[in-house]
Amino acid sequence: MFGYTMDEVGNIMVMQGFSGLSLFSVLLLMALGLAIIFGQMGVINMAHGEFMMVGAYTAVFMSKLAVKYEMVNSYFVFAIIAAFILAFLIGYLVEYLLIRHLYKRPLDTLLATWGLSLVMQQTFRSSFGAKEVSAELPEWLLGSFKPTADIDIPINGVFVMVLALVVTLGVYFFMFRSRGGLRVRATVQNRVMASAVGINTQKVDRLTFALGCGIAGVSGAAFTTISSTGPTTGSLYIVDSFMVVVFGGAASLMGTIASAFGIAQAQSILQFFMTSSMGKVATLMTIVIILMMRPEGLFASKVRR
Amino acid sequence: MFEVADLQVSYGQSQVIHGLSFKAEKNETLAIMGRNGMGKTTLFKSLMGILPSNASKTMVDGVNLNGVETYQRVAKGLAYVPQGRMIFPTMTVQENIETGLEKSKTREIPDDIYALFPVLYDMRKRKGGNLSGGQQQQLAIARALVTNPKVLLLDEPTEGIQPSIIKDIAKVLNEIRKMREITIIVSEQVLSFTMEIADRIIVMDKGKFIHEDKRGEVDAAQIKKYLSV
Repeated sequence: MFGYTMDEVGNIMVMQGFSGLSLFSVLLLMALGLAIIFGQMGVINMAHGEFMMVGAYTAVFMSKLAVKYEMVNSYFVFAIIAAFILAFLIGYLVEYLLIRHLYKRPLDTLLATWGLSLVMQQTFRSSFGAKEVSAELPEWLLGSFKPTADIDIPINGVFVMVLALVVTLGVYFFMFRSRGGLRVRATVQNRVMASAVGINTQKVDRLTFALGCGIAGVSGAAFTTISSTGPTTGSLYIVDSFMVVVFGGAASLMGTIASAFGIAQAQSILQFFMTSSMGKVATLMTIVIILMMRPEGLFASKVRR
Repeated sequence: MFEVADLQVSYGQSQVIHGLSFKAEKNETLAIMGRNGMGKTTLFKSLMGILPSNASKTMVDGVNLNGVETYQRVAKGLAYVPQGRMIFPTMTVQENIETGLEKSKTREIPDDIYALFPVLYDMRKRKGGNLSGGQQQQLAIARALVTNPKVLLLDEPTEGIQPSIIKDIAKVLNEIRKMREITIIVSEQVLSFTMEIADRIIVMDKGKFIHEDKRGEVDAAQIKKYLSV
């Protein structure tokens, strides 16, 4: 097949499959934040990629500090927490100043958040420079596993996967097992009725938006382990993440996971055998066809309405 | 207990509720009857603060609710069962009821709720949207009751529900009043249902109250005339 022996094809599948898994983890982390904001609130947040970069730059900044104070081996956990908190706070502020005035005008939110993304990009450029920067990685994130002679599995990829798993579980428990999640779901389904059973829906909106941004921040911090960070890196991922959310069916956590997995694997494996752009084209074509047959996405929840 | 004075509601420039005033006592059920489009739903929505309104007084148990946000009105003792039920369709029955536990300290649904609505206990793991209309109505009442209201507002609870379930709902409402001694205000078009639950009947027409009767003194023929198109 394509001039490879069966053995080699097997190894390629494993390694590309794994790189697909890392891509899956990054997409999933980004899409989770977006699924909360777009899927739950219906707000199209074009600045989501920039919130991811807030997290990434936080991690880079923390790594510089860590190098100075010789804490390179332990700083990363704090970097993730700091990335979450910072992105959460900025998200909270943005919701309060901008988004909450636009809930009834979805197209204006699109424009406003796009403008916000440009502002944030320029802020990054002015304060961190236009060049890409990368975080100083702790030693335990470097290197790779070698289960057999021909297979290489990078450790940072595994780390991102574990982080994605933890965050996904966290989001699941928040949405479906906590009082806060119940408030969010009630508000999403019927805003007026949610307030008529005693839920402060404005507060719920603000916290939901901030939470989505906070998760984007975490994904940005995770992103620094596998790639370098530039002012516009976030915008490269925003299209893919929207694709994941729409394909999976907005407001469905399982759908987001399944579609992130499908898209990442398809791209990663197809890109090895075809050219990079052909791989993307093939993935997109499949998504378009599936969405034509299932307009509500893979996992739309079925109830009478 | 519950007192509204000079309530006015407008949609844009056109006023649709023209200065309504009424009182309802503790442990009293008041029915507001009227044809479609006479302002019943508008009245209820404005009482909940969903629609903006002007009133010189909206008192629940001595607390003025003028200008108070909807969710705070719930905390101060108003509960609302809207027309068309408006349950949360993709949440389970149990979760639907739990949404009403906003100000209570536990997440446990009180036993008396399931005692009132045994069918909801059997269905507690099902999605609210998959229940029948009558079950959804019971769910909406249960969800309102767990907020521990002093005043319970029900907007056309019998709309689109089969006659045998309507009887059940009347029984439940009477039981609720006996158990909790709260004020119940219900808007209705079905006179037979109203006669089973209400102590007092007010007829509403074009945003005004035009007729009021105690249950014992109701002239059914006359009220039917008000209700016919």
